Amino acid sequence: MGLMSTSVSVSRFRVEGKLEAPEIETVAKGLKENALSEIEDAAAEKTVGWTPFRSPYRPLFEDRSFVVGEYLVFSLRIDRKSIPSKVLKKEFAEVSATRLAESGRPYLSRSEKKMIREEVAHRLILRIPATPNLYDLVWSLDRQSVWFFSTLKSANEELETLFAKSFRLTLVRLFPYTMADLTAGLSDTERDLLERITPTPFTP
Amino acid sequence: MLDVAVSYNRYRFLGREFLTWLWYRLETDPNLAASVDPAIGEMAVGNRMVLENRGPAGIETVTIKGDDPGLEEGQTALQKGALVSELSLIFTSGDQRWRFTLKGESLYITGLKVPDTGPVETEADLDGALLEKAALVERAVHLIEGLFSRFIRIRISESWQTEALAGIRKWIGS
Repeated sequence: MGLMSTSVSVSRFRVEGKLEAPEIETVAKGLKENALSEIEDAAAEKTVGWTPFRSPYRPLFEDRSFVVGEYLVFSLRIDRKSIPSKVLKKEFAEVSATRLAESGRPYLSRSEKKMIREEVAHRLILRIPATPNLYDLVWSLDRQSVWFFSTLKSANEELETLFAKSFRLTLVRLFPYTMADLTAGLSDTERDLLERITPTPFTP
Repeated sequence: MLDVAVSYNRYRFLGREFLTWLWYRLETDPNLAASVDPAIGEMAVGNRMVLENRGPAGIETVTIKGDDPGLEEGQTALQKGALVSELSLIFTSGDQRWRFTLKGESLYITGLKVPDTGPVETEADLDGALLEKAALVERAVHLIEGLFSRFIRIRISESWQTEALAGIRKWIGS
């Protein structure tokens, strides 16, 4: 579900830290250096990087089209390879049968089976194309806020890691406590009260 | 600030309390949303609500859904000590309508449907549509943050016990 989808899910973040000036150039540099690499390690099960919102399958940041009015709009791309379990099972059975015949023994040891499974998985991963997953992001520099258009835990964790690496800024996820602490405009005294509250029974 | 993981777990109850308070306020104060964003005409509970009762025996969940959900069932669950853990909401501004669901624990916004943006035929159209979409999402985010901010100020004040909670208890029992 991307930003322009009919129905979207949003997790929100507060951006902590200060971008080096000039800010747009710093962001552009971070995006370029951490763009998804299409020349990926063929044996990698997962590749993570930034990609332009307008050209998600051409992960090059050649211009400043990620700047849209007051917002910065780009996408996180996570390419994953996953071997269908039935394919793995079939290849494993075939290789195991060959090895068994070659060995002349009635069975294979547990470590031999483990080794065959790893060999088969490695060979298959080289042949399987990665599936790209795209997650859009809207960043407001003025408001120090990021909206990430996915509530998937794994995608959110990848976002936090790559964002910190790319821009040397910390994303603080907004949930009830952090919203109260960071966006409700509480005074120090009110924050102290916030830290002390405990659940209230709503029924007498 | 407290460690993020610690604060998420320690204060996760705040999201459920917020949604329960919000339902009560929407039922009893038709001007609640307009007090945060004066352009909002109407705000109401949508077609789905989940309530959770967390007791020593585990978590009991009640889900109410449908175009005209019977909210009396929800009030019955509240009487038994449940709190709202997911709330679908609708608000309007002029002839435009927003729909979304708030998850209590995380305050994630899911299933957000905002008014349609203009058609995209050229690159310039896309820029316009992106800006329009961002502004429409912002309306919902601004409203949620404004309502939550209002809740948390009441929640940490003395009036929580003396006024807000007394009102909620009376409403639950009505």
